[in-house]
Amino acid sequence: MSHDNPYEALGGDGDARWAFGTGFTDPLAGVDTTAPAGVDGGDLAAYCLMLGDDALVMSHRLQEWCTRAPELEEEVALANIALDLLGQARLLLARAGQADGGGRSEDDLAFLRDAPDFRNVRLVEAANGDFARSMARLLVFAVWRLALLDRLAGSRDPVLAAVAAKGVKEVAYHRDYAAGWVVRLGDGTAYSRERMKEGLAAVWPLVAELFVPHEVELRLARAGVAVDPSQLRAEFDAVLDQVLDAARLTRPDAARPGEADAAQEGPADAAPAGAGGRDGRHGTELDEVLSVMQGVARALPGATW
Amino acid sequence: MVTRHEAGRAVAREAGRAVAREVAERVTDPELPLLTLADLGILRAVDTDGDGRVVVTVTPTYSGCPAMAAIRADLTASLRAAGFADVEVRTRLSPPWTTDWITEAGRRKLADAGIAPPGPAPARAAGPVPLTLDPPRRRVRCPRCGSAETEELSRFGATACKALWRCRACAEPFEHVKEI
Repeated sequence: MSHDNPYEALGGDGDARWAFGTGFTDPLAGVDTTAPAGVDGGDLAAYCLMLGDDALVMSHRLQEWCTRAPELEEEVALANIALDLLGQARLLLARAGQADGGGRSEDDLAFLRDAPDFRNVRLVEAANGDFARSMARLLVFAVWRLALLDRLAGSRDPVLAAVAAKGVKEVAYHRDYAAGWVVRLGDGTAYSRERMKEGLAAVWPLVAELFVPHEVELRLARAGVAVDPSQLRAEFDAVLDQVLDAARLTRPDAARPGEADAAQEGPADAAPAGAGGRDGRHGTELDEVLSVMQGVARALPGATW
Repeated sequence: MVTRHEAGRAVAREAGRAVAREVAERVTDPELPLLTLADLGILRAVDTDGDGRVVVTVTPTYSGCPAMAAIRADLTASLRAAGFADVEVRTRLSPPWTTDWITEAGRRKLADAGIAPPGPAPARAAGPVPLTLDPPRRRVRCPRCGSAETEELSRFGATACKALWRCRACAEPFEHVKEI
């Protein structure tokens, strides 16, 4: 039903009028969400939470650039990327809620869990820092997630395969965007280059965790459902080097001792292998994200808007 | 053996399906109201059971497309207004939507509205998704003056499906539905 006057459209005819999203509670409506034969529902839910929380928290950090971006075009771009990731998160959290049999909705999972119940990698919760650091983080995230989703599109689970196949098209655009900025700043002025180097160094301690498989990932990878993240490192390195070469930058861990001092400005408590975000170990930065993201839902339980 | 009653129901069902399909196809996209859902190519199926029940299946354009809620509400409202008491809107995620599904009529309407329609979606070769560091080499014609002297300003625009471009001949900015 179309309306000539937007104010008319707000009145009268049913829900979903006051805001996009209201009244649309199930992004998987009508999708067959039966777990594939031989796959544990608890494992499947845990895996969907991992990938869903990565997208949700990364989306939130990108949304923080709204009204703060250096140019309007960048603000629009970052909001678009955040929206794509929020859509991926909605599908994955809805899937998680159905797979574990607990009946929690995507909103329950997004707004009513505490930090130790979040399963995102720590890369996504880190504070934005300046624009260069945000672009370094987005590049690392998008290169990694694209490699992951591209493989996940072949999953034996039809819902994960479909979410991934769509996500590949979206994250390919995100990766090109972040790569473009890393090259522009890295191969720009002496000052922009310095800031880009610092941004990359600040993010670098959080990279190793991306490739450490959790036991759930390994079990589901053996069942043909998930991707073992340790298999992604070669592609990640190849793509990242392609960008860094164009930006005339090197990886922080290839730098001379002392040159990566800026890393100290990054999260000082980077997770050791095997005890990271996938196990619910997070920094205080995730608490900051959740206090903002969950504030309204927690203050007004059950409210709709 | 088909009874007269069953045959009657089948005819009613066929007629109902045609009507429901027509109603669903005419619903417009809330963000690009010049396009119908048929133009956009997101309607996957419209089924009826002959008793006034309709099931419409749609494929979202982007994972986070905020218009999906309004599209579902508009489909339900339009079909109810057309006399279908029981309307269900289902999501189909696979295969993912591509701009190749936008119809010829849809492309004409976009161009008429000053929005450059998408070219063919890029074919994917085997192996990793290639990184694109250079500006696109494709020529997108300016929807105002027709010049091919155009350039991309930003790959992201006012809606998820559009990029921002500029014409170097007539100096006007324009939107382009980007290939996906």
